[in-house]
Amino acid sequence: MDENAIIKIKAQNINFFYGRQQALKNINLDILANNVTAIIGPSGCGKSTFIRLLNRMNELVPNTTLSGQIYLDCCNIINSSVDPAEVRRRVGMVFQKPNPFPKSIFDNISYGLQVNGIKNKEFIEERVTESLKKAALWDEVKSRLNESALKLSGGQQQRLCIARCLAIKPEVLLFDEPCASLDPISTAKIEELITDLKKEYTTVIVTHNMQQAARISDKTAFFLLGELIEVGDTHRLFTAPKDKKTEAYITGRFG
Amino acid sequence: MKKDITQKIGFGFVSLCMFITIFFLFAIIYFISTRGIKVISWEFLTQAPRNAMTQGGVAPAIVGTFYLTLCAILFAFPLGIACAIYLCEYSPKNYVVNLIRVSINNLAGVPSVVFGLFGLTVFVKFFGFGVSILSGSLSLGILILPIIISAAQEALLAVPQSLREASVALGATKWQTIKKIVFPAALPGILTGVILSIGRVAGETAPILFTAAAFYLRGYPKSIFQEVMALPYHIYALMTEGTHPKEQSAIAYGCCLILLFLVLLVSGIAIFIRQRQRSYYHG
Repeated sequence: MDENAIIKIKAQNINFFYGRQQALKNINLDILANNVTAIIGPSGCGKSTFIRLLNRMNELVPNTTLSGQIYLDCCNIINSSVDPAEVRRRVGMVFQKPNPFPKSIFDNISYGLQVNGIKNKEFIEERVTESLKKAALWDEVKSRLNESALKLSGGQQQRLCIARCLAIKPEVLLFDEPCASLDPISTAKIEELITDLKKEYTTVIVTHNMQQAARISDKTAFFLLGELIEVGDTHRLFTAPKDKKTEAYITGRFG
Repeated sequence: MKKDITQKIGFGFVSLCMFITIFFLFAIIYFISTRGIKVISWEFLTQAPRNAMTQGGVAPAIVGTFYLTLCAILFAFPLGIACAIYLCEYSPKNYVVNLIRVSINNLAGVPSVVFGLFGLTVFVKFFGFGVSILSGSLSLGILILPIIISAAQEALLAVPQSLREASVALGATKWQTIKKIVFPAALPGILTGVILSIGRVAGETAPILFTAAAFYLRGYPKSIFQEVMALPYHIYALMTEGTHPKEQSAIAYGCCLILLFLVLLVSGIAIFIRQRQRSYYHG
């Protein structure tokens, strides 16, 4: 590991249960600032569950238990005195299926600003433009900002969701299999975007696609049955895995 | 070969059922129209009844039905939607809440005359509103509450969880999410419930029998504490009371036609609004 790298998120001794079923077992993982960290593993291994802890989304699921600490910079965001809305403002999330609001393209982006109390119209307009440009969607939609976002293609919708996230200037971006429902060309665009955004944001991406993890990430973490099996530099992990299970997974022997 | 015949019989059967249904629908419209159209005139729509209900018009009953329907919706719409939002978005998933849900659904099956008696006891007597628009529309409102609540619940449940997640993930509170995302997305579905209930309210007789309706009034109501004439009750009265059954029954058909038209008109407006909403939401 790079000695000078800043740790943006530090997850310590994370155990998580849905009802009585344990979904995460004693996870310890550091996520470096301005890095892309990929989380790979077979379905049901706890990848999504893990990143949904980082913006406290799992609180929406009833009957769950969590123990451990998650530090964002140096603040434990799991602490009940921390406002989950504030955590989510700092840690943005892009979901598996594009989920634009049934509103206009403009309103989709401005929504996050409005719910966070920003009223200045000029400021909102500027931020909408800036976010759409950053998400590489501006040229395709600039002439039809007032049209329904549902008219966009799947790939455009997903980039809109990314722009929506960027508008509230988060520090961390979480991607939960963002390309799972997209075609290869749209996927390539999203991957390119994630690589660009790395300069400004700390990024965590859950993916089923190992080539994708290899292409865009700096670090890769391999989850299996709720355990973190191995984490390391992406190149090293894919070329010289230390754990037998990692090797078996990346060579396609199971999963 | 056998499969083919079975298919034909099946198809024939469902077509026949469809035909029977359409037949009744058109029969109703045909009989009401041909009998009712004779008495419809400008005078009929704008004048009060004269000469023991045999002449003049039914304007007070039209106005009365309008007031009753409007007030009932104004009462039941916000209340029903608030209940549905509580049940769908806030209520814990437990035994008590399930019981409440089942009770509400059962309320929809209670005969309407029960609501009439309830209105008489509670609104007319206990609260002292008297026989009035207020008592009548509250009784009607309670009658349609379950319809509005279940329609609104279904509409809210149909809003994808992913939209709630997207909103919350942007730092929105639960209330902001409901107000700005979930409710607008559910609105077209909720309006369907209102459409259904408008038809129901305008045509109900039993709940207003003891709570709001008068057989004959000279003028129009000036406040919600006055009694009113109403089309469905007027029809009932024309067919069962009075001394000129022949003339009265003609007027009764005229009232039916107006009632039918009013319900169609209101539903039409609501469907138009819903369609506009929908086309926006679905691109």
